[in-house]
Amino acid sequence: MMAADKVIYAMYDDDDVLKNGAKKLVSKGVKINEVFSPFPIHGIDPIIGVKNTRLGIMAFIYGLIGLTLATVGMRYFMIEDWPMNIGGKPNGSYLENMLAFIPITFEFTVLCAAHGMAVTYLIINKTLPGMPAQNPDPRTTDDKFVMELRLSENSGFSSNELETMLKDTGVIELDQKEI
Amino acid sequence: MHKEAAIREPLILGHKTYHDITEDVCRPIEDKAPRTWYILFAIALIIGLYGVGCILYLLGTGVGVWGLNKTIGWAWDITNFVWWVGIGHAGTLISAVLLLFRQKWRMAINRSAEAMTIFAVFMAGLFPLIHMGRLWLGYWVLPLPNQFGSLWVNFNSPLLWDVFAISTYLSVSLVFWYIGLIPDFATIRDRAKKPIPKKMYSILSFGWSGRAKHWNRFETVSLVLAGLATPLVFSVHSIVSFDFATSVIPGWHTTIFPPYFVAGAVFSGFAMVQTLLLIMRKAMGLEAYIHTKHVEYMNIVIMVTGSIVGTAYITELFISWYSGVEYEGYAFFNRATGPYWWAYWSMMTCNVISPQLMWFKKLRTSLLFTFIISIVVNIGMWFERYVIIVTSIHRDYLPSSWSMHFPSHIDIGVYVGTIGLFFVFFLLFARFFPVLALNEVKTILKSSGESYKNAPDDHHDAPDPVAHKVESAGDDQPAVEAPKAEAKKELTAEEAAAKTSALMSKLGAGSAEAKDDLKAISGVGPVLEGKLNEIGIFTYEQVSKMTKEEYDVLDELTGSFPGRAERDDWAGQAKELMNKSNS
Repeated sequence: MMAADKVIYAMYDDDDVLKNGAKKLVSKGVKINEVFSPFPIHGIDPIIGVKNTRLGIMAFIYGLIGLTLATVGMRYFMIEDWPMNIGGKPNGSYLENMLAFIPITFEFTVLCAAHGMAVTYLIINKTLPGMPAQNPDPRTTDDKFVMELRLSENSGFSSNELETMLKDTGVIELDQKEI
Repeated sequence: MHKEAAIREPLILGHKTYHDITEDVCRPIEDKAPRTWYILFAIALIIGLYGVGCILYLLGTGVGVWGLNKTIGWAWDITNFVWWVGIGHAGTLISAVLLLFRQKWRMAINRSAEAMTIFAVFMAGLFPLIHMGRLWLGYWVLPLPNQFGSLWVNFNSPLLWDVFAISTYLSVSLVFWYIGLIPDFATIRDRAKKPIPKKMYSILSFGWSGRAKHWNRFETVSLVLAGLATPLVFSVHSIVSFDFATSVIPGWHTTIFPPYFVAGAVFSGFAMVQTLLLIMRKAMGLEAYIHTKHVEYMNIVIMVTGSIVGTAYITELFISWYSGVEYEGYAFFNRATGPYWWAYWSMMTCNVISPQLMWFKKLRTSLLFTFIISIVVNIGMWFERYVIIVTSIHRDYLPSSWSMHFPSHIDIGVYVGTIGLFFVFFLLFARFFPVLALNEVKTILKSSGESYKNAPDDHHDAPDPVAHKVESAGDDQPAVEAPKAEAKKELTAEEAAAKTSALMSKLGAGSAEAKDDLKAISGVGPVLEGKLNEIGIFTYEQVSKMTKEEYDVLDELTGSFPGRAERDDWAGQAKELMNKSNS
């Protein structure tokens, strides 16, 4: 059981106001736990310390897996297991026949990279069919932007201090929750 | 924030806020469907069901019910297949290629164009499937171990390449489309009031919450998928063209087929996007987001790709003569002057001449003209495939087997039926799905929205209109704003008092008792409301009397957000609010 914690939700009606506010708070040593927004706020990630995703690298790895599978598969089907001789032209070695395999190799690489990445994305986001929504306010998917602060992560400040600082950043609503 | 040149036309017209965008897109989904929707849906459904009936009859009886014969083994089936695949090229081109080129105008159209792509590829995929005759043995095209010994499918065959290309294209487009839809479904979910839609959209939105980390991943996934989908788009129609180009039939045996087919596909795809969007924007009231500029951009794409197609036709003709191969020469001579001359010349007129009219700005910015041309191009592109396929094989090497192709009513029924089914899908999409990529359109509001772009001149040297709001809200000014703020002369107390009384005499007195909620005016927050109240402005009526002059005085008095009041049109907003509260 975790110790009781307090979460402060600060709502803004403009992405740039939130961004400038976050910059100011972070410079004072406040730790911002999360930001909920209806669209990506460009430039917020380095401010609140969100690291860039490595999904791109994963896509590359999935692509390599697809490339390997396609190559190994077609080599086995067409060269080793059942070599075809079409119109007196035998398949020969993999290299001799490779040109005909390029389209499928390419398609299969793309297939694996795209689906592998998409599935990974959904799983690490924990966005899957039937998952409950976790945004603190339904308006954050419309036109409001919410910053989430946790008291346990800001042990240097009292909740009143945090609220005073937040009020200086142009918030439109403040909310607190015990968890 | 991304800056855009002031001379570029805004992509979002009118004074829209983030909330307005949500409203405009979600309202058609939340309201009752208009009667026309039901009528159109019923018509499309009847036609679609007729097509399904024809397909079932075909499957039960055999491919012989088509008008094919020994000479013409491929006709409408493959024509329709290539036509639909071609149409299905615009969506991914818009969302992937234009994303890589950072074309912001794509954002208003990519969602519906991609939906169109997916439905068109569904229709396309249907034709090879039913052409198999015994659909239930369709899994034979997959490389599965089987009971005939280790006999595998032929990986040397372009037809098998096509199976891989089309299925990869369809599934990747679908995933790309759905990943973009998830955040927008979340918007609808959070607005939904009735329990059933709420539950439905809650399942569809996968529990999306809009966390910063998720958005970070979202953007990377979109970019990488776009990077993957771009070569995919070009590969798909190249491979479709290999079905013909790798054969030894005169008229098909052509090395320019891949680029020529890709250009033709984009050409027809954009034409279909125009046909659908011109109706949709009107029917759903999206004129502020999809306007003449978008239509013009798409017309330019149609013009360029149409010119490539035209060049390809003429190159083909030239090479057939220059090659000195009499069979090759005859194939083209026969196309233009043989029994199918009407198909050839329809294709030439629709695809070569009509896109050239887009050079005239007046024509390419005319919505009615665009609509007509888009339909002409769709017809022309169907004839292109018909000409390539039927006229090339109906007179083969043996004059004794020369033949003509006459479509049976099942041919026609299946084709028309797919158009019906396509519209069934598209109408359902327009009814239940967000037809605009909400989250993407919102990101360009500040850089390409009209109310932000056509701001007064002082906006251009001010670092950022919104930063000023922060300045007014927070007491200490951010460092970037400092030089500008210092340069401004501080008003002395007397000057301020004089200006205030002058301002108030124009606006009329208001009292704290009869106070209106000024925060309802977009651009006014609690801090600003306090400042306005301090000056003596309490009611909508007072705000509604403001003009440019008063705004300037106000800017001086409050010492912040220059131009913001004018840009947001406070007076206009206040008038509307007054009317609302009166009625």
